[in-house]
Amino acid sequence: MSDEIKHEWPLFEVFVRAKRGLNHVHVGSLRAADHEMALHHARDLYTRRNEGVSIWVVRSDDVVSSGPGDKDAFFAPSGDKAYRHPTYYAIPDSVPHI
Amino acid sequence: MNGEQVFEDTLAKDQRVEPRDWMPDGYRKTMIRQIAQHAHSEIIGMQPEGAWITRAPTLRRKAILLAKVQDEAGHGLYLYSAAETLGADRGDLTRRLIEGRQKYSSIFNYPTLTFADVGVIGWLVDGAAICNQVPLCRSSFGPYARAMIRICKEESFHQRQGYELLMTMMSGTAAQRAMVQDATDRWWWPSLMMFGPPDAESPNSAQSMAWKIKRHSNDELRQRFVDMSVPQAEALGVTLPDPALRWNADRGHHDFGEIDWAEFKKVIAGSGPMNQERLAHRRRADEDGAWVREAAAAHAAKRSGAQR
Repeated sequence: MSDEIKHEWPLFEVFVRAKRGLNHVHVGSLRAADHEMALHHARDLYTRRNEGVSIWVVRSDDVVSSGPGDKDAFFAPSGDKAYRHPTYYAIPDSVPHI
Repeated sequence: MNGEQVFEDTLAKDQRVEPRDWMPDGYRKTMIRQIAQHAHSEIIGMQPEGAWITRAPTLRRKAILLAKVQDEAGHGLYLYSAAETLGADRGDLTRRLIEGRQKYSSIFNYPTLTFADVGVIGWLVDGAAICNQVPLCRSSFGPYARAMIRICKEESFHQRQGYELLMTMMSGTAAQRAMVQDATDRWWWPSLMMFGPPDAESPNSAQSMAWKIKRHSNDELRQRFVDMSVPQAEALGVTLPDPALRWNADRGHHDFGEIDWAEFKKVIAGSGPMNQERLAHRRRADEDGAWVREAAAAHAAKRSGAQR
């Protein structure tokens, strides 16, 4: 099978900015021979109805992510830091604009 | 919690399972098979209507049909993209389709004999697809559910352009009205078959419901489709080809006749009117495109080498 898929194009992740002022958001992936082709395919595939004003493409191999198993190590510590939130602090109702 | 507990907990809370989460092997296999079959259906589904692009009667209809068939290619690619998050490889999935090792929806094995078929496919086939697909937007596997949201938004255009096309033909000549009735007669029953075998004969349904991949049973969705279609047929002025079709006030639903499941099984097994042609066409497209894919890959390799 490895011989059969010798010419398989690499996978790219696609991010689209829906309009000015918003972040690019991940919308899916596609196959392309190189970055330039990936951009063109992303335009055809993910923005056929004015869904975006800007596109990023990134080789899927280049994406590094935290895994589900890392969840505690990465995210649990923020659970006990309630003092990072404004509602942690009691302020009398009589104090305006705070 | 271990992986299995997290998986069960995610389903219980009606949250989405994401690609890197632990999942049972059966869930992964079912998901890959279902997404691949769905993707293949979109890709093969380009053919029946694609055949009419060059023969569409006006530039407006041609542009609409072109956009619709392009959407179907897009839907196939959204779905292959979702399948790849589970470790499937889209080149491999295409080979499985071409070699007949994976299936696609039996509806696309029927021929499109007249331009009215383009309208009826939009109205009934895409209408049935929407009934099936809207609940899949809440399917438990995140990438599949997200792909379905995009797809459903676009399917609505497909159904409306079909119905509008039929309304135009129905206000035309007697021959055009007869064409619409004929296409309705041919596509009605195959459309009902799109929901799959009756619940009692659908052994995998219970597991898919438990995993929240499926949200409604085949018969439930089929009934919903019949109830939706009856007033649409009346408004259009066509007769649905089922003498047993009538409103049942006790049930609050329409009763309808027995589906020819022998025909359904025959078409699934590969003996439908167009099975051979559909696969041959897909195989030819793959083979004819091979040199382009190789050339593009070689060009990219050469350029990245030159940059180093």
